Amino acid sequence: MTLAAWLRLRTAAIFSRSSLNAEMDEELRSHIAHRADDLVGSGMERAQAERRARIELGSCEKYKEEIHQAGGGNFIFTAFQDLRYSLRVLLKSPGFTVVAVLTLALGIGANAFVFAVLNAFFLRPLNVPEGQSLYAIQRGNDNYIIQSYPDYLDLRDRNRSFDALAAYSILQGGLDTGKDPSHVWFYGVSGNYFDALGIHPYLGRLIQPSDERGTNSAPYIVLSYAFWHSQFQDDRSVVGRVVRLNKHPYTILGVTPPRFRGTLLFFSPDFFAPLVNQQQLVGWADPNDRGNRWVFEVLGHLKAGVTPAQAAADLSSVGSYLHQHYPKDDDQSTFSLVRPGLHGDFFAPAIRAFLAGLMLLAGLILLAACANLGTLFAARAADRGREVALRLALGSSRTRILRQLLTEAILISIAGGVIGLAGSVSLLHRLSNWNPFPQFPMSIPASPDARVYLVALALALVSGFLFGIVPIRQVLRSNPYEVVKAGSSAKLGRRISVRDVLLVVQIAICAILVTSSLVAVRGLMRSMHTSFGFDPQNVILVDTDLKMAGYSEDKMPAMQRRMIDAMLAIPGVTAAGLVDTPPLHMGWGVADVFAETATDLRPANAVAQAIKYKVSSEYMRAARTSLLMGRNISLHDDMHAPHVAVVNREFARRILGSEAGALGRHYKLPDGTLIEVVGIVEDGKYTANLAEAPQAAMFLSILQNPVSESCLVVRSSRDPGQLAAAIRSSLRGLDSGLPAFLQTWNEEMNGALFGSRMATLSLGVLGLLGAMLSITGIFGMAAYSVSKRLRELGIRMALGAQRKEVLRAALARPVILLVSGSIAGLFLGLLATRVLAYIVYQASPRDPLVLAGAVGAMVLLGLLATWIPAQRALSVNPMILLREE
Amino acid sequence: MTDQAQLLPGTLDLLILRTVSLGPLHGYGILLRIGQISGNALLIEQGALYPGLFRLVRQGLLKASWGTSENNRRAKFYELTAAGRKRLREETASWNRLATAIACALAEQPEEA
Repeated sequence: MTLAAWLRLRTAAIFSRSSLNAEMDEELRSHIAHRADDLVGSGMERAQAERRARIELGSCEKYKEEIHQAGGGNFIFTAFQDLRYSLRVLLKSPGFTVVAVLTLALGIGANAFVFAVLNAFFLRPLNVPEGQSLYAIQRGNDNYIIQSYPDYLDLRDRNRSFDALAAYSILQGGLDTGKDPSHVWFYGVSGNYFDALGIHPYLGRLIQPSDERGTNSAPYIVLSYAFWHSQFQDDRSVVGRVVRLNKHPYTILGVTPPRFRGTLLFFSPDFFAPLVNQQQLVGWADPNDRGNRWVFEVLGHLKAGVTPAQAAADLSSVGSYLHQHYPKDDDQSTFSLVRPGLHGDFFAPAIRAFLAGLMLLAGLILLAACANLGTLFAARAADRGREVALRLALGSSRTRILRQLLTEAILISIAGGVIGLAGSVSLLHRLSNWNPFPQFPMSIPASPDARVYLVALALALVSGFLFGIVPIRQVLRSNPYEVVKAGSSAKLGRRISVRDVLLVVQIAICAILVTSSLVAVRGLMRSMHTSFGFDPQNVILVDTDLKMAGYSEDKMPAMQRRMIDAMLAIPGVTAAGLVDTPPLHMGWGVADVFAETATDLRPANAVAQAIKYKVSSEYMRAARTSLLMGRNISLHDDMHAPHVAVVNREFARRILGSEAGALGRHYKLPDGTLIEVVGIVEDGKYTANLAEAPQAAMFLSILQNPVSESCLVVRSSRDPGQLAAAIRSSLRGLDSGLPAFLQTWNEEMNGALFGSRMATLSLGVLGLLGAMLSITGIFGMAAYSVSKRLRELGIRMALGAQRKEVLRAALARPVILLVSGSIAGLFLGLLATRVLAYIVYQASPRDPLVLAGAVGAMVLLGLLATWIPAQRALSVNPMILLREE
Repeated sequence: MTDQAQLLPGTLDLLILRTVSLGPLHGYGILLRIGQISGNALLIEQGALYPGLFRLVRQGLLKASWGTSENNRRAKFYELTAAGRKRLREETASWNRLATAIACALAEQPEEA
């Protein structure tokens, strides 16, 4: 049925109701006339007879209603009537309506948000044609998903279960399109990658199996739509253009369609290059070494009718073949299939557990919100006892009244659901565009789909129903006869006390969350001003990888020297140095340290582990890491000189026995290099976690340990924007093909602060949700208690009670609950922050500001929640009330 | 009033069908006729008749048409349909069975020791 036809039918039903009404009226009138005729016949006055006849017949409206009911009623008409009435009632008490709608908006919004993320990660298949039958393969023994290239070829050619098996890896490089060279992330893909996934070109053509003719044979790239859009401004003439990738010429073949964002969910590449050319681009990917596993993921569509279990068995037989023929590189291994998109069992279990936990929490919050709203609704139903009784007396059926109350609840829940959904959609949009680590093209593709909308709608309806049915008992009891019969409230009292406990628990949890989020915020603020062992203010970090500009290893030190000199030549730059990866970076190097005399350099014999940095002579000055004793790394510590290191105090204390005696001592690295300690610097923070325990660290000379990827530390008093421009132009002067990534050291440290920021943020959000729950809970209870005792309050006032006494009588119970819950919560919250100290640096509960803040928040919350009921209790007019009741 | 019996649930329909089976009647006429044939022994709430009539029309057991009554007033007349006639036969038979069974059960004297 089309919508128009349906509407026509329904409108017709409404009209037929009114014509039915007219007919019934006429019939009942006819009845009265006949009865009156009879009465007149027996000697009564006409007017009196008609009156008598009407009384004998009873309430016409009631019978008409029964007739409608007998005819199955008219659902739409009744619903419409209920809806109109509910709207009017709700608009009459805006305070209640706003509180209820907002509560549900938060509850449903939180659920929709978490569900959308869960949906994006686990329920929705990858955005490729027939994504349901797409599987990645992993080795069963250690669930290792990364394969070697020869193994991939064998798996591809020897299996009988997949339509095609494609492979890809994730790479970074420097792309020179004639303008500024840029740092890019891309996939290396097998020739059959696009065919296997069923992706068709948006422009030009894609990489094909026929492009592969051996190692480094296919200098082609295919752009992603987003990259084409942002870097080439939708220029359709890019097809056939030659660009330089790590200095090698590559031809652009085409553009992928907009919807295809690669096969790792949260990591979309800028473009795609052939896997067979990977060795040319990165150096380390040997396509002939079976023991060298670097193919990031192997995936494909199952053939029609093949189950994952059959495919796994098939692959495992290929596995046995590999083990027989290449026992050195391939141990006996089985294979299993996993959903692609989250890199097999590498990311999926952690994300799944996290999201499942969040989902559970969100569900509980919504449930608690429903319980609270139920109390609130019960309070309203109690207020409206008179109205309900009146309607019952006028012939309304109990079902109709319940239906109308339920309509009210559902109306509120739908409004809350719509607002919550709108909020979560805009949040999801921001989440999709949010990237905490700008070096990586990461994004969380959590755009909502039909499933998310359906779940939100279902949640809204279910929760509306849940809190809507709470007052049903009350309505059923509001039959005057039954009220007389049933001695009322022994049971009711018990139920309230269960609610009391629930409310105290909610308030306590809210107080815990408020306390811990305050502690987290304070800790975060303090950690911004802690000593890192370096000074991140006024520093720009310049990431470069000389390999991307085609430098061979022997030319790197000279080029790096030129880069440092070029930085120092920029006006306003006070110091510039080089380090392989700066402290508090997302990645860091760790090395085993051996005693000077050790000969057996197996990991088990190591004295300790230390974090390893490779630095140029000027690094300490540029980073402002103070030298406490001895000397810095110098320009003379090169390949021709003995290997030296500067170590931190922790290294000296823990590994060399004492700070004083450390200078001049020697130790060994795993490769056997003997190293002399020439200087000692202050301790600092090194791993990407500010809450780390003190770590031993050593700073080696970059001239003795050459690296291609390094980071310039440029300190200056100039404005970072201007300085960045100057740095770029200076680097272009040195080598126009060298891509560089610039950011301030403070920006770079966002990665290190990510954990504590996220912890603070989630605690804050949870605290907000907890506060909302407590407010509705207290509000509901206070409102209920006031409306139950309205008459008592009126009498007290009439007898001369003061405002204070009235308030105490009305609100004592909710306030006692609030206070006891808050005290328990504050106490537990202070205990809980000990746990928090592992994530958030310097999270200390012994902080008067935190305590004052938490108490203040709870007081504010109590005031907010009891404001409306208190106003109501105070505005009781004894005269009106006593007259009415 | 006290010698009037409340209707058993479900029996109103049977009474209506029976009353109308003797010829088309309007609502007030049906009430009067039920009073007559039961010797005023059965009490029917006046208004309660109409939802019952409406239900029977809806089930296709009665059909209704507007006409003029003996008092020269417009009234809605009800008569049995074929289905209504069939239903009346079935209901009468089953009522008689039930009534006989109940009567037997009540007539049984408890055995005295």
